[in-house]
Amino acid sequence: MLLLAVSIVGSLSIGSSTISFADVWGILWHQLPWIDDADSHWSAGEIAIVTQVRLSRILLGVLVGACLGLAGAGFQGVLRNPLADPYTLGVSSGSSVGAAFLILFGYQAVLGEWTIPLIAFVTGTLTLLGVFFLARSRGVMQIETLILSGVIIQSFLGAFVSFMVSMSDDVINQILFWLMGSLAMKSWADVYVVLPCLVIGLPLLIAYGQALNLFVLGERHAAHLGIRVERTKLIVLIGSTLLTAAAVSVSGVIGFVGLVVPHLIRLMVGPDYRLLIPLSAIGGGIFILWSDTIARIALAPKEIPLGVVTALLGAPFFAYLLYRRKKGQEGFL
Amino acid sequence: MISVQRMSKKVNGRAVLENLSFDLAPGCIHGIIGPNGVGKSTLLQLLSGVMKPSSGEISLAGVNMPDYSRKALARRLAVLQQGGLPPAGFTVRQVVEMGRFPYQNWFGDEREDHSSLIDFALDSMGLTELSNRQLDQLSGGERQRVALAKVMVQEPEVILLDEPTTYLDIGYQVQLLDTVRQWQRERGLTVVAVLHDLNLASLYCDQILVLHQGGIAATGSPAEVLNAALIREVYQTEASIVSHPLTGTPQVLLQPKKQETVRLFEKVK
Repeated sequence: MLLLAVSIVGSLSIGSSTISFADVWGILWHQLPWIDDADSHWSAGEIAIVTQVRLSRILLGVLVGACLGLAGAGFQGVLRNPLADPYTLGVSSGSSVGAAFLILFGYQAVLGEWTIPLIAFVTGTLTLLGVFFLARSRGVMQIETLILSGVIIQSFLGAFVSFMVSMSDDVINQILFWLMGSLAMKSWADVYVVLPCLVIGLPLLIAYGQALNLFVLGERHAAHLGIRVERTKLIVLIGSTLLTAAAVSVSGVIGFVGLVVPHLIRLMVGPDYRLLIPLSAIGGGIFILWSDTIARIALAPKEIPLGVVTALLGAPFFAYLLYRRKKGQEGFL
Repeated sequence: MISVQRMSKKVNGRAVLENLSFDLAPGCIHGIIGPNGVGKSTLLQLLSGVMKPSSGEISLAGVNMPDYSRKALARRLAVLQQGGLPPAGFTVRQVVEMGRFPYQNWFGDEREDHSSLIDFALDSMGLTELSNRQLDQLSGGERQRVALAKVMVQEPEVILLDEPTTYLDIGYQVQLLDTVRQWQRERGLTVVAVLHDLNLASLYCDQILVLHQGGIAATGSPAEVLNAALIREVYQTEASIVSHPLTGTPQVLLQPKKQETVRLFEKVK
């Protein structure tokens, strides 16, 4: 939590236009309604950069990261699969198909302001069902088969999104946005889309923390200890998909966050989901925040897509997990 | 304790169990035996409530199975599965504590402190020294002991054992069943065990139920049930039955086909 606060402040101060640390704080301080504006000496531009551009972007990053971290922990827990995450399961791409379709063809307000996350959630859920269908053979789902199915569907849907973007007017930036994710050009409105989903998803998953602990022992063990297995699976999968859809609707597909974060947290605090779930939310926020800060400043004033940064960090980690699994050193879950 | 009335179970359209009716008396160890694929494990899953019968009824302590909530059922009935626990990153103590889940509310709290109960279970399974070890650092036999300690902490009235000795060597098999029987006698529990090994079943069970072709071939005490004729009928093999020199219970000696026996015998001569 403390680390998250420090990260937010640090990241606020870093950016392509140089505003000093003290100024950032001063500006924020003066935004509080009960503070007297008398000694305000900052330009309107500086104030706008801090409050409109950076602060909203940073908060959005934290929320998106929290959603993805949580979704990853949820998927890993309920599928008992250490390689699962919204990206490797194809759920992110599935959500992006729905969201991209609405935005590119101008239907984003058909059902009011919730249209995009809602449709993203529907297409994300359908994708998850498709992946399960592909992966299931004789009633069992092998860990690697599931991920393979996820990757196949994910690349197909990625191509589909690119195709849709090509048919619309503004091309390259949009493709990049939907395939690699970005937090650029986002506003407070996007924060309000993600926040409610997180407010629903976080307590939901925390409530199922102990149930997910018992899942580690196997579904049969969990059932014998009094867990309604099918209901738990359904709720946790839906909750995780909802969180993914919310994140994807505003930031495109950002890969590997849900994979890396729960594993790092697990290394720190052990396998107990009652700790793992809330800490994955916080950890996801920190991870995205720093990834996005790198994305903003590494080649400033140009931006690197956020998904590029997370993939550069996450894909080697994924390979490492796969390698350890192959060597038979289990105990991730 | 458990009453099964005209219960049938179909799996993938094929009738596995047909029209079973039997009662299992409280305070006894009941063994279920029968050849491979006869539906022993299916029957146990039906008794545990995770599987529902296609028709007929199962009741536990006078209450129909579907009328129990999952947690209420888990407070009365615990299951020790074949093969025990998977390797996981939890410590032995954490896993044993999970046995308290049916008694916990949504926040994972319980009214009374149960740590002495957990200490006792760890101690009686000889796991105190291992209590901070992770499950994935234990052997299969040790993991099966952890699973049994978890079942003890669950404080059930009925325990179902699904081929609990499958992956254990004979030393652990006897140790496990001795522990179960001692605990069963102290608390007056009802135990239902699916067992592969007829001799173990005979040594440890008060009552034996023999499944054959989807129905019940025989029930009764080991002495009543285990005879050469039944084994020939159910397992299609010849066996000699002898009396155990210490306990007097019947023990099954297997024998190869007739001609070979004679040939071997002549060679020795």
